Amino acid sequence: MAGFKGAVSVDTERCKGCGVCVVNCPMQVLGLAKEVNGKGYNYAYMAEPDKCIGCASCGIVCPDGVISVYKVKL
Amino acid sequence: MTVEDIIKPENLVYEKSKLLTSKPFHYCPGCGHGTIHRIIAEVIEELGIDEKTIGVSPVGCSVMAYDYFDVDFIEAAHGRATACATGIKRVWPDKVVFSYQGDGDLAAIGTCETIHTCNRGENITMIFVNNGIYGMTGGQMAPTTLEGMKTATTPYGRKATLPAGAGFDGIPNNGYPLHITELIAHLPGTKYVTRQAVYDPAHVRKAKAAIKKAFENQINGKSGVNFVEIVSNCNSNWKMDPVKANQWLVENMLPEYPLGDIKVDGKIVEK
Repeated sequence: MAGFKGAVSVDTERCKGCGVCVVNCPMQVLGLAKEVNGKGYNYAYMAEPDKCIGCASCGIVCPDGVISVYKVKL
Repeated sequence: MTVEDIIKPENLVYEKSKLLTSKPFHYCPGCGHGTIHRIIAEVIEELGIDEKTIGVSPVGCSVMAYDYFDVDFIEAAHGRATACATGIKRVWPDKVVFSYQGDGDLAAIGTCETIHTCNRGENITMIFVNNGIYGMTGGQMAPTTLEGMKTATTPYGRKATLPAGAGFDGIPNNGYPLHITELIAHLPGTKYVTRQAVYDPAHVRKAKAAIKKAFENQINGKSGVNFVEIVSNCNSNWKMDPVKANQWLVENMLPEYPLGDIKVDGKIVEK
């Protein structure tokens, strides 16, 4: 199927693990990691990278601006 | 195609604005202040006005906003951000001046400055972050607190009126939630008055468009205050996790503070 494939990179040391990106992802790609960062927060990560379409919803709602979104056309 | 193949500079579609410094925000996890800082920085970057923008930060959680924006900033005395912005704009009419205030700063201690700045019709942009509580000082009742909402100073919920027959026997009358945005919309000095929110991607985009319009009006020299209220959350003092606080905001804050434009180009929008 033609379409877009995306990926996000999370600045894990700055992420505060609020989970707002997780509930606002339309494809349920993101999740909170079991590991913690230097401040003790469970940072966001791509739990299911194959589903990402690069819509940037997560980046737009992230209160700390830690998410960068990348997208390629297939 | 692996994730490593996609994460390359040429495929970038979204990242944090370059006008935000590398300093991490000190706000609580999930706080709306961070999102609002981000969209203001994006608007300033898109309009290309970073060299001539001057911000005025308040007293409150966002008191250190000057650390996060790579533009000129002044920290005003408590409540006096719009008075400070007035002075800057009158001395430098060609600069773009915006104030950034919370509900404790703009609607409580700074009500006088807010109303008179709007009444004088200064050509500035005012950003008002309303979360219905005093965040920095530990969750006391603000003028914008909802009726029945429990805070540190209203542990049984805010009561607007005295119970029947109670008289003045020590039961406080806490008053009604203050709709300062509707209040100033009726002043002839305001040009553009709107209320937005930042709890999901669609509303962040709308809020960004509103802030952009508020800045463009000022740059185009349309005389009058451009006022953007943003209904935000305070998950620490609402005692909720960030996701639940956003749901609570939709269920409780938005019926009291409905979103949308209130005044456009000097005319009240009929609902």
